[in-house]
Amino acid sequence: MKTTSLAGGGLLIGFNLFESCKPGVEPPVDLASLDYNDFNAFIKIADNGAVTIFSPNPEIGQGVKTAMPMIIAEELDVAWKDVYVLQAPLDTKNFTRQVAGGSQSIRHGWEPLRQTGATARQLLVNAAAARWGVDPRECTTKEGIISNAKGETLGYGDVVQEAAALEIPEDVALKSVKEFSIIGQEIPNVDLDEIVTGKPLFGLDYKKEGMVIACVLRPPAFGQKLVSVEESGARALPGVLDVIRFGDKVAVLAQDTWTAMKGKAALKAEWGNDEPLESTEDHDRILTDLLDGREFTTMRKDGNVEKAFAEADMVLERTYESPFLPHNCMEPMNFYADVTPERIHLVGPIQTPEGTAHQIAEVLGRDFSEISLEMTRQGGGFGRRLYGDFAVEAAEVSNLAKRPVKVVFTREDDMADGIYRPAIKYRIKASVRDGQITGYHLKEAAINSNMYGLIPNFFPAGALENYQVDVAKFDSKITTGAWRAPYTNFLAFAEQSFFDELFEQMGADKIQSRIDLLEKVKGTTDDRIQYSPGRMQEVIRMAAEKSGWGTPKEGVYQGFAAYYCHNSHVAEVADVVMENGEPVVKRVVCVVDCGIVINPSGARNQVEGGVIDGIGHALYGNFAFRDGRPQALNFNDYRLIRMNEIPRVESYFVQNEESPTGLGEPALPPAGAAMANAIFAATGKRLYNQPFVNALKDVKIPEKEIIG
Amino acid sequence: MPTYSIKVNGKSHSVDVSADMPLLWVLRDHLNLMGTKYGCGIALCGTCTVHVDGDPARSCVVTLEQVQGKEITTIEGLSEDGSHPLQEAWKEVDVPQCGYCQAGQIMTAAAFLKRNPDPSPDQIREAMNGNLCRCASYQRIQEAVELAVKNNKS
Ligand code: FES
Ligand code: FES
Repeated sequence: MKTTSLAGGGLLIGFNLFESCKPGVEPPVDLASLDYNDFNAFIKIADNGAVTIFSPNPEIGQGVKTAMPMIIAEELDVAWKDVYVLQAPLDTKNFTRQVAGGSQSIRHGWEPLRQTGATARQLLVNAAAARWGVDPRECTTKEGIISNAKGETLGYGDVVQEAAALEIPEDVALKSVKEFSIIGQEIPNVDLDEIVTGKPLFGLDYKKEGMVIACVLRPPAFGQKLVSVEESGARALPGVLDVIRFGDKVAVLAQDTWTAMKGKAALKAEWGNDEPLESTEDHDRILTDLLDGREFTTMRKDGNVEKAFAEADMVLERTYESPFLPHNCMEPMNFYADVTPERIHLVGPIQTPEGTAHQIAEVLGRDFSEISLEMTRQGGGFGRRLYGDFAVEAAEVSNLAKRPVKVVFTREDDMADGIYRPAIKYRIKASVRDGQITGYHLKEAAINSNMYGLIPNFFPAGALENYQVDVAKFDSKITTGAWRAPYTNFLAFAEQSFFDELFEQMGADKIQSRIDLLEKVKGTTDDRIQYSPGRMQEVIRMAAEKSGWGTPKEGVYQGFAAYYCHNSHVAEVADVVMENGEPVVKRVVCVVDCGIVINPSGARNQVEGGVIDGIGHALYGNFAFRDGRPQALNFNDYRLIRMNEIPRVESYFVQNEESPTGLGEPALPPAGAAMANAIFAATGKRLYNQPFVNALKDVKIPEKEIIG
Repeated sequence: MPTYSIKVNGKSHSVDVSADMPLLWVLRDHLNLMGTKYGCGIALCGTCTVHVDGDPARSCVVTLEQVQGKEITTIEGLSEDGSHPLQEAWKEVDVPQCGYCQAGQIMTAAAFLKRNPDPSPDQIREAMNGNLCRCASYQRIQEAVELAVKNNKS
């Protein structure tokens, strides 16, 4: 931690979330001369007591730009109304995790952010105590005011100059949960005013003197290469500045976006391929062959599932299928790059600023230290902006064009040049003997990559003596990657639908059976089992109670699902009614245990969004390929859930004092299962494949222009 | 390139652009009004919604020819200071997640409430159905529109 007085008055506290500051770093004297390489993120306190807090992690709509500063402000003990929040740029020298991914920002930031706020507070208290000549332990703080035993007071702004000269205190006390006055409050999004008035916040809104727009033509099918391109049509368009070929891509540079888009459309390219191109029917067959085959990697094996199956009274086996999915962030991919011989300046929406900057340094053969990267607010992430392909393109084009360039994807580019959720099939087999589940075997066949980390150790691992998870994959040319709640976004549906069907066939109670299975996990010494059976039981019980499980209103059919991922425990109940002969989801009750809730307003927003996202993609999300070409390029062919298709989401949070865990993703995975199980209750029809809409008849995509 | 004169948020501008350039890109790239967003370019997402003589329009498919002599209002011109009843309601409900779609949502809602100041919840859902929100903040969008209706009555 570092402190300094600002030339313009006030105190600057440089803090470091994960490591101590580099030795020998000189604090800047004012903000204008601030070197971000030395000061990654910081608190600034002005003489008048106003506080600026820099938020370190990328904001993609998950709310960390509000929640992370709230944690600092809490321990700093200032009034939230006096806090001004700014997005910090990338600083790889001091930070270790400036990433928006895996729902981990708050979980990892919790302790260091609190320490940061508390240390700054203690420093200010020490300065006040020194001025009064009293013991700092006699002093208290409240909302930026320090008081001593005699009742004298000083504002933080009154003592910032003195505080800057003091030594940084160690081992500062943190507040107890009961003392929290900001954490747990409903704090509106810090960019709310700017968003509702249309201020330029996003990457697509970023402008810089001399900047031109580039639209890039890329191979239309995965597996194709550029053979030749006829540029004259594009070059002939008024406003087109340059056409640049790089690798198998061609960039058209223009003064404005429309001209760049038109220029790209005017290119005539010839494409070729050495190997056969892939289609969805091929993937379908290949994944089924993988499931039927014998070549698997075993991720976890307890007991002997084969023996359990052989000795069973009943065996149930089901296969579940899901398609590729594009992310479709509302703001299409884009990035700004200015590559000069001296430096590389990058600006835009990215979930992984550090990794992307490294990638660019490597591609351009430049030193990482030459790169500065600023993050804008981001019009959605969902995992797509973990991959910096678009930023690398911007850097390559700027490098070749020798001018500042913003690469802009059209919606069609965004869908056609994705890093998709891979198509996956699951096969689950379970055995029952004497009314008890005795074995469980999960097989995964996926495009490109398989489940990772602790996923094979999620429920029902630990609850069953005979348990096995096997995975297999097919290497495809179609690019795939993380999509909100990777793997679990579909695995939760498969597993929780399977249990619903299994309990149904066993004639067992769907709630009690889950509770009983979880009971068996208690006291486990297996450290791969990181879900808490007790916390899981609690969300299950609470969801049953809040949803009126078992006593629905006439004509309402309910489905249950519970799932743990991203360190949070979630249970959901979907209510379905029949309208015009079709099942419609009307309500989803979602109970979450994510530990301490930093910002209930933001937290509910994530839950509401996550549930509807889960329902929407399970119902409608479909993305096929023919000869390597995506079969949907825009919202006329790709259906996203809309306003009059949503259920009402009721969210509840378990109140406890556990450290906070993930919330951007965990509400999504169980939603599809809760809905599918409710649809079964309503219709007797089991759903095994996503999107459900294929099995539920007569649902149409709006073809005509819709005007509010 | 032809020269057009267009009136945006009460101010007249003269722009030289190709005849097929949609209003959206004129606003964003030539007039520096970045509040109107690009989402699909084919009138199916609503992020680019503006008002043309008070009616909602998808600026990604509107040409300058079509708005000659008409009054265009963008999110920047909806109110002087963010105090339109819908903007106030949006703030009170804390609607946005990523926020990218929200200007378009507000513009659609504003035009709708002018025509129907006292809509039913179903009518609100129907009216807002053309605006996508990838973050699925739909529930709050509905709450905010309902709140604005309620605030207008009291
Ligand atoms: S950008 Fe105009 S409706 Fe999507
Ligand atoms: S808030 Fe992100 S698209 Fe609507």
